[in-house]
Amino acid sequence: MTRSGDRAARLALGLAALLFLALFLGGALAALVFQAGTALSFANLLGDAYLRRVALFTLEQAALSTLLSLGAGLPLALALHRTRFFGRGMVLRLFLLPQALPVLVGALAILSVWGRAGVVSQAGAALGLPPLDIYGLPGILIAHVFFNMPLAARLMVSALDEVPAESWKLAGQLSLGPVTTFRVVEWPAIRKAIPGAASLVFMLCVTSFTLVLTLGGGPGATTLEVAIYQALRYDFDPARAVAVALIQLVLTGLVLLAMLRFGGREAGGFSLGRAATRHDRPSPLMHGASLAVVALGVLFVLSPLAAVLIDGLKADLARLAMERAVQQAALTSALVAGAAAMLSLALSLFLLLARQSVLSASVGKRGQPNRERRLLATTFELSGSLTMVVPAVVVGAGWFLLLRRITDVFSAAPFIVVATNAVMAMPFIVRILSPALAASAARHDRLAQSIGLYGLARLRHVEWPALRRPLALSLAFAGAFSLGDLGAVALYGNQDFMTLPFLLLQRMGSYRTADAAGLALLLGALCLALMMIAERGVDAASGKDGRP
Amino acid sequence: MRSMFLSSLALGAAATALVGPATAAETKPTLTVYTYESFVADWGPGPQIKKDFERDCGCTLDFVGLEDGVAILNRLKLEGDTTKADVVVGLDTNLVSEAKATGLFAPSGVDTAPVTVPGGFSDDVFVPYDYGWFAVVYDSEQLKNPPASLDALISGDGSQKIAIEDPRTSTPGLGMLLWMKALYGDDAAQKWKDLSKSILTVTPGWSEAYGLLTKGEVPMVLSYTTSPAYHLIEEKSDRYKAIAFPEGHYVQVEVAGRLAGSAHGDLAQRFLAFLISPEAQDILPTTNWMMPAAKTASPLPAAFDQLVKPEKTLFLDPETVAKNRRAWTDEWLEALGR
Repeated sequence: MTRSGDRAARLALGLAALLFLALFLGGALAALVFQAGTALSFANLLGDAYLRRVALFTLEQAALSTLLSLGAGLPLALALHRTRFFGRGMVLRLFLLPQALPVLVGALAILSVWGRAGVVSQAGAALGLPPLDIYGLPGILIAHVFFNMPLAARLMVSALDEVPAESWKLAGQLSLGPVTTFRVVEWPAIRKAIPGAASLVFMLCVTSFTLVLTLGGGPGATTLEVAIYQALRYDFDPARAVAVALIQLVLTGLVLLAMLRFGGREAGGFSLGRAATRHDRPSPLMHGASLAVVALGVLFVLSPLAAVLIDGLKADLARLAMERAVQQAALTSALVAGAAAMLSLALSLFLLLARQSVLSASVGKRGQPNRERRLLATTFELSGSLTMVVPAVVVGAGWFLLLRRITDVFSAAPFIVVATNAVMAMPFIVRILSPALAASAARHDRLAQSIGLYGLARLRHVEWPALRRPLALSLAFAGAFSLGDLGAVALYGNQDFMTLPFLLLQRMGSYRTADAAGLALLLGALCLALMMIAERGVDAASGKDGRP
Repeated sequence: MRSMFLSSLALGAAATALVGPATAAETKPTLTVYTYESFVADWGPGPQIKKDFERDCGCTLDFVGLEDGVAILNRLKLEGDTTKADVVVGLDTNLVSEAKATGLFAPSGVDTAPVTVPGGFSDDVFVPYDYGWFAVVYDSEQLKNPPASLDALISGDGSQKIAIEDPRTSTPGLGMLLWMKALYGDDAAQKWKDLSKSILTVTPGWSEAYGLLTKGEVPMVLSYTTSPAYHLIEEKSDRYKAIAFPEGHYVQVEVAGRLAGSAHGDLAQRFLAFLISPEAQDILPTTNWMMPAAKTASPLPAAFDQLVKPEKTLFLDPETVAKNRRAWTDEWLEALGR
């Protein structure tokens, strides 16, 4: 394959992925609007005081949650990177677990710690203090920090892991103090991860629904996602649902663009958290402070998870595990998560390879990529980053309308659910793969071009070695995200297609609280198992020919 | 790439296996029933009703379990007259007006004389099959002296907290909204404001609110008079009790109807009649945890004797609800939206 052939192939695949996204999401929205038979009226919506208030609150709580998640994640990431302790690998793994938990489980777990009857309130009562009342903005923020701070910390730890060994060596030789080390080595690395982490957390918080309502204390705390759901359910006004969804998409897109612009071009990435050898020798005081930060952070994240574990162990786990419905749901969940992760990976990869190809097209000619190329590259990246903001329930309803004309929607349900989950998980994967791909391109582009390495050969020798580790991690991530997802499944009402979180909510909705707690534990275990399999697979693979 | 291909193969195979059995027995007519998912769950009324009805209908009964009554109605709106449903089980009276407006339903043709529901709902299209009163359920271990009336709850000092559901997203939430409206009319907004200091939080659905109660996070929750029956029968516990409010309780009546476009009109009508037969009514109380709308074959379990029996039933007719729901929801938002 020639150089231009290689570029054309990459571009074609990228455009194909873009087209798929546009058709999949746009088709769903269009079908709903068409069904409504009325034109979208944004003028009405913009004049709607209720909606304005809701939009404002959505952005406000998301911005605050993002700020707090990153603000707390930063010292935690630094401390996690500076200290080594037993079980550090497990802690990093557990940090991804909240993403896989159904939100309702997470909310109740948070209340076990921070609620009126929670551990903290009980400790306070022993000292004669009144119970904590977190309902309102504090509750929303605590919950969002619980779900997202570990994510941000994880991103920043991997950014630190990407710092070349030479930098640490040099810092050690120059005996730089902790402040200088931070300024010269750590901050520049972390800074690169911030836009990616911030935009991801921001999106997750914008689309928050159950947490905001349950912990928000009243209808004063309402997000756009609630308004969309409301429009699609009681009011059955699909046009309004689509219009509000589009408003949410545009608002979030604008914020994301601003973050990208502000933070430089590279999205941050995750890595497996393998330890880099550091050569700085922190003072006992600094070491103690790091340990304290780690202890606090880990305690904050793990205490609700411990509640999930304790409640789950009280359930009749043996009976649950033997139930046919549970086994079938676990299998369905694993299949859906696996397939969604694969599809998500393929789509993200196509977009990113095309983006990289567009960006490095002008490297040979010296100077920056021109305006059109940058725009195209941004389109590739942003489209993969924004998918999470289109509500799954809207996509599901739209595809229901489209499919019922051509096929039996029951038999199509698994495919729609997989596709929806895959598309929703893309923002995670794009952020995991993008930096690795960029780094690999920066390192090997010229060499590959000069020796005429193109096509599959280039993929095998340049991209594959650099991507293998993040690839496996992103699979685990997308799988975990898809494992906990509920949005798309609910609409189809197919008794034979039941996932584990769906089964959990069904038990919860029929007074069977103990069963639900047991299922939450099983779901968590399934998710951890998935992550460990992915990591082991990677270790085995990279053991053979190592990392470049 | 190869593993991706394999896994999509596996999924395809799984999907085929999942839908396969449905096409097996095509000789008998299939009656498709849209309902909510807790109706079809293993422990719900669905499996038993299917068994009993199929015994001599010469047909196959196929349940499709959707999220709840609202989801069922929306599904019908999405499908229009191409719907596969022959029968719908699980709308409530608040949805009846909208459901009729779709023009998809046919008169039931069922003699509803055996049906008696509080509030007196009766209709030639929709057949009531069970009902339940909304009630405040409390945790007797946390709360020794619960408010004795709705008025006491509203004018309380805010130290006894309750979790309620959101009328924008849930059926019980709408029920509470109508309860207050039926009782207080134009003063409802002020009453909501007074109540707000006792409201710990407003959840999107029943599961979240009830989860807060069983978690010990809140001592009171908006649920049904029948909720304690579940704990009495399935858990042998009398910890959770409903409070009898002398002002009266708002009633939720669940109804079933058949679709005009059904190819099995007679069978559909027969199923609706079966739903209010003593045989089927017997199944509902301990599987759907609602009160039977008609005579049961055998007396209700003893636990039902311990339940609150409201002296007064509150009920607003479906047309009034349909006409005012939006305005009343806005009023509620205004009153509580801090």
